[in-house]
Amino acid sequence: MLVHLPILQVIVPLIGAPVCVLLSRASLVWLFALVVSGLSFIISVLLLQQVLMSGTIIYELGGWDAPWGIEYRIDKLSGFLLLIISAISTLVLFAAQTSINKEIPAEKHTHFYILYLLSLTGMLGVVVTGDAFNVFVFLEISSLSSYALIALGRDRRALWAAYQYLILGTIGATFILIGIGLMYQMTGTLNMADLAARLPEVAQTKTVLTAFVFVITGVCLKLALFPLHLWLPNAYTYAPSIVTAFFAATATKVAFYLLIRFTYSVFGVSFSFTALPLQFLFMTLGLLGIFVASIAAIYQTNVKQIFAYSSIAQIGYMVIGFSINSVTGLTAALLHIFNHALMKGALFLALGAVVYRIGSVQISQFQGMGQQMPFTMAAILVAGLSLIGMPLTVGFVSKWYLLSALIEKGWWPVALLILIGSLLTLVYVWRIVEVAYFKPPLSTHSTVNEAPLAFLIPIWLLVIANIYFGIDTRLSIEVAHSASESLLQAQRLVVP
Amino acid sequence: MLMGLFNNWVVVVLMMIGLYIVIAHGNLIKKIVGLTIFQTSVFIFYISMAKVDGGTAPILMANVTKYANPLPHVLILTAIVVGIATTALALALTVRIKEAYSSIEEESIQEQNTKQASERDELDSRSEQY
Repeated sequence: MLVHLPILQVIVPLIGAPVCVLLSRASLVWLFALVVSGLSFIISVLLLQQVLMSGTIIYELGGWDAPWGIEYRIDKLSGFLLLIISAISTLVLFAAQTSINKEIPAEKHTHFYILYLLSLTGMLGVVVTGDAFNVFVFLEISSLSSYALIALGRDRRALWAAYQYLILGTIGATFILIGIGLMYQMTGTLNMADLAARLPEVAQTKTVLTAFVFVITGVCLKLALFPLHLWLPNAYTYAPSIVTAFFAATATKVAFYLLIRFTYSVFGVSFSFTALPLQFLFMTLGLLGIFVASIAAIYQTNVKQIFAYSSIAQIGYMVIGFSINSVTGLTAALLHIFNHALMKGALFLALGAVVYRIGSVQISQFQGMGQQMPFTMAAILVAGLSLIGMPLTVGFVSKWYLLSALIEKGWWPVALLILIGSLLTLVYVWRIVEVAYFKPPLSTHSTVNEAPLAFLIPIWLLVIANIYFGIDTRLSIEVAHSASESLLQAQRLVVP
Repeated sequence: MLMGLFNNWVVVVLMMIGLYIVIAHGNLIKKIVGLTIFQTSVFIFYISMAKVDGGTAPILMANVTKYANPLPHVLILTAIVVGIATTALALALTVRIKEAYSSIEEESIQEQNTKQASERDELDSRSEQY
């Protein structure tokens, strides 16, 4: 059984999705989806443990040898990502039933859980697989179900957001497909480890360079890296709250994983960072993303939109960590993936609780919420502080690592700009805090009280994780550090 | 040189036509058509990649040593399925958009969205005054 964990990680939610149809009652479907997601969480914990103890796991599908058959390959980086995705998915799903009762018509509840599990399957599959074409297939499984999930939003603008996301997402995925095709043309293989071994021979050709450009552009579209972020704000704002919480914490992380996987493992550091001025490009785009998105966030009146723009800014931090191309820099980026998932999971779930109680996330409706929903607002406050990077929260840890990586390289101006960017975060978080705590409650909200426990439990688990991993950083840093160390040391995956 | 890469030229031309339609046209159905052309160009790219000069269909036969590569064909079958799913989903979304906005023109939809947003803002400023 333990040997088959890598495939079970994907198969369990994949089989779970259609089984939902057979269950008649919506609450039963919810329980089932929760169990399925919980099972994937347990599997990912076991996998990460195994990877940390005995190194990379290689699983050959159907017993076919690697370059011919599809291989699943789990190293520290994938193990880390699997844990984040399945943990967030399970926590978010805990609040799902309560939330979608208010936001989605009853006859669509079963469909919601099916799509949710399919989306989870896709994300886990992208991370688990060691085959380039498999990445495309899983990416599309996750994307197609996410377009449908976003379209479930109550506002009609959700439909438009989903359509826009579909067009851009498909262009991104097709770019990745073209890139993979060009790589196959040059090397005759689709296995990532095999590609890494064969690409250096043909690295000087224009075809490989073209393949690289296509793959990177496609991934950046999915990642919503500035200026390819246009699909993200509306998609996150108008999707059902549960969907936003799930995607904000996981979907862009998967794309970021692909960016690291393709540049470090498949093409190799020496090729990736010399073929294109990646360092300069990503540093500039990351900084621009931080400033443009943070300033845009300040001017929004919809709190969900504020945090959607903030997500684009946070991607900027990750990309900067990536572009430094050192162990510390990569550690900072990986830490920020983990920490950002904790923050945004908590924030968007808390916003889901607000929607549940007052039906709106316009900032004007937040007046006096600090008194009426004290636990929810306190969660937004703590997660917001974490977003800014206050000491004793996780946000501080990843920013600290990012700054020390920059200072290691002597890039003071960039470090300074990042600090200024954090101040912008303070501005938009403060706007919400001010309205919620320093204004009297609206008369129309006199009956509003605290969110139900179904919300509070996952929200506060995430908030406590925000504080816990901000103080006791051993686990997250150890995994992130050793993952980035092995990525940089190996330069590319070693062929077995 | 030019003729030797004939298939690639076709692929690139189709790809650009598809992308241009997606970007330039405001009609949602036309955008989907463009997207499909764009995806189809990639299918042709994969299929022509598999061609081996002088090779036959990849069926084991006596006296034949040279076969075309079947793998890209198999890959692209999967991609075609993904493409169909995408098109179906996009069309379904367009139907819902038509119901919600009574229009499938990007311009008109954007206009209605800004209108909706500014009404929202007015509502907000009223409640803030209170």
